[in-house]
Amino acid sequence: MQPTSHAFKENAHQALGNANLQKALGLMRAGFPAKRLATIARLPEFEALREEGKAIKDHVLENLDFYLETFERNVVARGGKVHWCRTPQEAREAVLGICRALDAKTVTKGKSMIAEEIALNDYLEANAITPVETDLGEYIIQIRKEYPSHIIAPAIHLVKEQVAESFRETHKELDPGRVLTEAPTLVAEARTVLREKFLAADIGITGANFCIAETGSSIIVTNEGNGDLTQTLTKAHIVLASLEKIVPTLEDVSTILRLLARSATGQEFSTYTTVSTGPRRAEDTDGPAEYHVVFLDNGRSAMLGTEFQDMLRCIRCGACMNHCPVYATVGGHAYGWVYPGPMGAVLTPTLVGVAEAGHLPNASTFCGRCESVCPMKIPLPRMMRHWREREFERKLSPANYRAGLAAWAFLARRPALYHWAVSIATRVLGVAGRRRGRFRSLPLAGGWTAGRDMPAPEGQSFQSLWAERRRSGKAA
Amino acid sequence: MSEARDQILSSIRKSLKRGALDEPHAQALRERLAAPRRNLIPERAARRDHAAQVDLFVAMAEEVQTTVTQVATAAEVPGAVAEYLSRHNLPSRLVMTPDPQLDSIPWEQRSMLEIRRGRAEGGDAVGVTACFAGVAETGTLMLISGPESPTRNNFLPDTHIVVMRGDQVVATYEDGWTRLRQQRRQADGSWEMPRTVNFITGPSRTGDIEQRIELGAHGPRRLHIILIGDGKAAADHGGPPA
Repeated sequence: MQPTSHAFKENAHQALGNANLQKALGLMRAGFPAKRLATIARLPEFEALREEGKAIKDHVLENLDFYLETFERNVVARGGKVHWCRTPQEAREAVLGICRALDAKTVTKGKSMIAEEIALNDYLEANAITPVETDLGEYIIQIRKEYPSHIIAPAIHLVKEQVAESFRETHKELDPGRVLTEAPTLVAEARTVLREKFLAADIGITGANFCIAETGSSIIVTNEGNGDLTQTLTKAHIVLASLEKIVPTLEDVSTILRLLARSATGQEFSTYTTVSTGPRRAEDTDGPAEYHVVFLDNGRSAMLGTEFQDMLRCIRCGACMNHCPVYATVGGHAYGWVYPGPMGAVLTPTLVGVAEAGHLPNASTFCGRCESVCPMKIPLPRMMRHWREREFERKLSPANYRAGLAAWAFLARRPALYHWAVSIATRVLGVAGRRRGRFRSLPLAGGWTAGRDMPAPEGQSFQSLWAERRRSGKAA
Repeated sequence: MSEARDQILSSIRKSLKRGALDEPHAQALRERLAAPRRNLIPERAARRDHAAQVDLFVAMAEEVQTTVTQVATAAEVPGAVAEYLSRHNLPSRLVMTPDPQLDSIPWEQRSMLEIRRGRAEGGDAVGVTACFAGVAETGTLMLISGPESPTRNNFLPDTHIVVMRGDQVVATYEDGWTRLRQQRRQADGSWEMPRTVNFITGPSRTGDIEQRIELGAHGPRRLHIILIGDGKAAADHGGPPA
């Protein structure tokens, strides 16, 4: 998909005026954080597990080449194949190659953020292969021709009336007079429609929450069971994964799994955690005859050794966006690409460039909730600050912003001049605003006063008050 | 694609500012993989005795809408299945995996049950399977694929009935892996992963429409466990964590 991250401000404006979106976001604010809190309160070891999970992923990143090679060796030993792809184009071609070799007409898909990252559906369609999303949220947005607004709840921006409307438009073969006012009816309809697709599909594509080096297995974590029907009923199972999904052993992944669902949906454990290893065995009566892992780099190997390496610990739980005041106000689509919220604000500039996505790391109040709930303890605010610095260094931020910062820096480095300027400004503004006590508009601060009044300063600045108190011996 | 492979690996090494791992370092990592070490194990299940672990397994399973019937002996299983089906107004025709674990159950005692042994198909409404283990800490079933236990039987039928014994309950996921490694150990010391290991915690669900949890998204709408005890009455060993 074409990113629209450069238009974050316009996107955010529209989002604020979208009544359906605001209603849907209200449900999210009330849902995920409370459930997470209740669940982790039952597990006294949760904080210690976070430290262990972080240490496991750090260990993997330091030895990523070794673990990738080990993983590949174990996949091959069980009859599977690994495809190494530097770019989204190489990954798309790898998937198409597998589909062509099996003469596939339709593929079912479990939820995969890598598939979104490489815009796989459009590519398959352009090559006469029909992709069918089977995760309910993904299915809804596929038929609406949208993209996900949340990494674990792709249709979280919609209300049920919108889903009903889309089902009516798409499922033309069903009775037009049917009642579609409640969620259970909608779920049942999707189940019936998609069951046919599962049974008819040639190939199943899933993502991977983890890839296990010890055994050459891929793991998916879902609640619906769609990823399981996807990979069990088809001729081939294609796994889309990025390099950093590697975890050494089944014991290590057990530790991280204790963090994932609790951080994501507030469940003790997701309904289905599925460990897939190679194709079906000779004596098995079901399962895919082929097993392919498509590994995507897309700039990740270059993140190692930089200030963004910690981002590669991310396990895509979505806790950062569930707890982000900016995400909860503007929703995921405002971020303009596949990954929204705080993790997207850090990852998107890496993947599509800071010129396109420079607004995203600025769309943060640095309140720090994202880092405090991240199961992998990723310092998201610090990394957003790194992006702001890079944006400034590369002169990508707007001229007035840069000039303002330069003027501020000039003053801040000269304390005497700073105090003099502040005392003048305080007095001038204090006098000018004396009558109302506030300003409706101010030169150079139009952005600030457009939405609220600026209070007029009363008396002195904090620093001069402080100095005065020190002199009179009142301060501790 | 080998060019891409080499480039990705060398890009990783370049970023990490080193070449391929030296031999002692690589050997240490190989040993870490060959003898997997357990990380921190939560006390919730691990600190209880086995009977209490079974109770925790049941309590945690019921929290996520799994239903559980406890019976004393294998002979009571067919009756429990028939009773469950009639209570929920479900057909008495069912597909059962050809799992030897289910062979010792006297199914013929309930002639009303119409049983087909084999792989589930699209039209099967009720399925009965065995399982590999039950994990107490979250009320999770662990099932493995094989010629006697096709994976699709865990997903296609609307109603999934799992028959298991109390001694199949383990405390943690790690205990499940240990048991799997032991059971599938080869003569040369290596062990063979099954194609699929399914951890199942409750019936299929989705929250994708307005975050309201609905059961039966794609997999079974109902998950029912028939747990065969050791003949003793269940004692009160304390419930799930607060």
